[in-house]
Amino acid sequence: MYRMFACAFVWILFVGAAPAQEVASLLLRIKAVGREGVGNVDAARAWKELVAKGPGVMPDILTGMDDANPVAVNWLRGAVEAIHDRAVKGGRAIPADKLEAFLKDTRHAGRSRRLAYECLVRLDPKTPERLLPKMLDDPGSELRRDAVAVKLNYGLRTAFTDGEAQRQYFQDLLRYARDNDQVNTITKELKKTGLDVDLTAQFGFVTRWLLVGPFDNVKGVGFNNAYPPEKAFDVKSVFVGKDGDQVKWKDYTVVTKAGPIDLKKVGLVDLNDAFGKLKGAVVYGYAAIESRLERPVELRAGSNNAVRMYLNGKEIYFREEYHHGFDMDQHVGKGVLKAGRNEILIKVCQNEQTESWAQLWSFQLRVCDALGGAAPVTNVTPKVN
Amino acid sequence: MIRIFSYVVMLLLVGAIRAEDADQFRGAGGLGVSAEKNLPTHWSAAKNLRWKAALPGKGLSNPVVAGGRVYVTATGAYKQKREVVLCFDAKTGKKLWERQVWATGTTLCHPKTNMAAPTPITDGERVYALFATGDLVAYDKDGDLAWYRSLVGDYPTLGNNVGMAASPTIWNDLLILCMENAGESFAVGIDKNTGENRWRIARPRGINWVSPIVIRNQGQAEVLLQGPTGIDAHDPLTGKKKWSAPGIRQGAYASTTFGDGVVFAPSSKFTALRPGQGKQEPKVLWQSIKLRPGYCSPVVQGGLVYVVNGGGIVNCADARTGYILWTHRAKQGSYTASPMLADGKLFVLNEAGVTTVMQTGREANVLAENRIDDTFLASPVASGGAIFLRSDGALYCIGATK
Repeated sequence: MYRMFACAFVWILFVGAAPAQEVASLLLRIKAVGREGVGNVDAARAWKELVAKGPGVMPDILTGMDDANPVAVNWLRGAVEAIHDRAVKGGRAIPADKLEAFLKDTRHAGRSRRLAYECLVRLDPKTPERLLPKMLDDPGSELRRDAVAVKLNYGLRTAFTDGEAQRQYFQDLLRYARDNDQVNTITKELKKTGLDVDLTAQFGFVTRWLLVGPFDNVKGVGFNNAYPPEKAFDVKSVFVGKDGDQVKWKDYTVVTKAGPIDLKKVGLVDLNDAFGKLKGAVVYGYAAIESRLERPVELRAGSNNAVRMYLNGKEIYFREEYHHGFDMDQHVGKGVLKAGRNEILIKVCQNEQTESWAQLWSFQLRVCDALGGAAPVTNVTPKVN
Repeated sequence: MIRIFSYVVMLLLVGAIRAEDADQFRGAGGLGVSAEKNLPTHWSAAKNLRWKAALPGKGLSNPVVAGGRVYVTATGAYKQKREVVLCFDAKTGKKLWERQVWATGTTLCHPKTNMAAPTPITDGERVYALFATGDLVAYDKDGDLAWYRSLVGDYPTLGNNVGMAASPTIWNDLLILCMENAGESFAVGIDKNTGENRWRIARPRGINWVSPIVIRNQGQAEVLLQGPTGIDAHDPLTGKKKWSAPGIRQGAYASTTFGDGVVFAPSSKFTALRPGQGKQEPKVLWQSIKLRPGYCSPVVQGGLVYVVNGGGIVNCADARTGYILWTHRAKQGSYTASPMLADGKLFVLNEAGVTTVMQTGREANVLAENRIDDTFLASPVASGGAIFLRSDGALYCIGATK
């Protein structure tokens, strides 16, 4: 009875003192921060008022993060961290039950749920072993990664006596893993059981392309020049390319062997191989994919070259940078697949650097969801021949 | 009279016990020269190590120290998607707070560097942390957020895939950043109280890790922005250009230093430059091809300039002529951290954790070689009679323990 009374008192003290409307207003002021620091002054005032309200508003702040832009998310993250610190130092209760309920509600954004989880871990270091095993299929990338790591580490420590059980264990885990390093480790473990993982399918790389080029990129003129392939697609088109030559679409299919392999080589379209070692040149890659449903999607590319990416004729990404490194997923464009046929176009520009380390001209591209899991699409790219 | 005398005594005492702040990249003033005294000459993991604190991730940033607090930045999470600011008690090494932001810019970089490459800066009341992702955050000394900006949110093409490293500097109420990169490149003066732009000027597009420094030229403050196209001096309050030395093609790593009214610029040739004054153009005083520093920024004091290259060759030259007075090969290894000059000693730290301590002067004199087995790429700083070293995974406070 005494405990119930005490709980009610604490609840009134922390939450009752912060009317929801007032908290909502403070959150709005923080979320209004704009470009170049516009709105910072008012956001900073609101931030102080919000933090002063104490631990009772932590779930409200986390909820406020759900639809906040990346800038406001970091402002709000700082508020939760500061409230948590002050509560711990001042011996004030943190509403762990509400934070856990928030964490378990997967309608909330991955980042706000992750922050709730981190607060819970600070309160109870045993939280990971209690919660993570149930989060293998979590829609939040960081929580999912940690859940996969727990099971992966357990599997790596286990001396399997039954090869089939070992294979089943890691095959099951592969369904949940999304990050390259974890997939790589699992792939190597499966190789030990005699199973080669098809990484092309695992990550959703596009392997069948139509390529056309070269177009002019001497002195970088091509990156901002919308050549005809950017305007409309017709597999039979004939274009005037670099130096006045006629250029046509040509088939290109990537074959990548299964099993453990450097992920930078999976699905790699080598344009030096397809067109010769050209300098100051542009090539386009086209692929058609079919989706049963409308769905948000990410086109993720790796390339050492300047790239532009288009989905159904709309530009969703560009980066004009040459020979500063190649990494899987270094270029990410976000869009929405429509139900039915969709068109992907990537423009890959080579510059005129002569250094030995500046000769790569290639790309890899995959179609995936926000976590990095392969999107369920079918390649329906037409063939020239 | 007694009252005045008491105030004087009090001020003297305060002055005597006040530790010099190491507030920015390369310590107070940003030039690698500290006024600290009584720094240890000898140390190891067992000797003169006041404390050691674990860090959650790598960083090339050096710790900054003010008001008894040590601030340091680090990378966190998979693919460096988190950026961490930590605060420690300078006396005990106790962690006082830790804050994180989610990275908003690209985290791809050369393996030598990372997202916590720029060093934060503090004015004693706040710490301002810039990350290679373009995330810029200000916390007060207790870890309360003052403001936050995503420079990639503001200027979406900003960034490069080898990483950025130029550290901010402060002049009056302005935080000054030089963001030269593969995308939109600029220098900006940001109101440190609000995080709003006061001025912004275009800079050459390209990779440049050189940090801006503020100098006094004929009593006037100037911020020097150095890059592959030369050196430009600007009014730190308005961003207005005052003079340029376009012929001084700067290397993209080591920072310029300043002493006795002369700018010392690592470039294709190490250059001593008399700054421009009014309508008077800057004047090259001397150049040397033997004084090329690699990653390590030079230091100058007492008419001598000290330059360390990537292989640990330490050169001391006459600052007036460039004549090399002595050359010493420090412990074999790779050298990335900039040397520190303090207490009459030159501290030269290599990546394997060996610090060669040399007496400053016109003759080479090695006082000690101290080893701590760890990986060090960040520059040492001094404050409160102690040297602060930052490794890939820990923060070390080195000073007399009794």
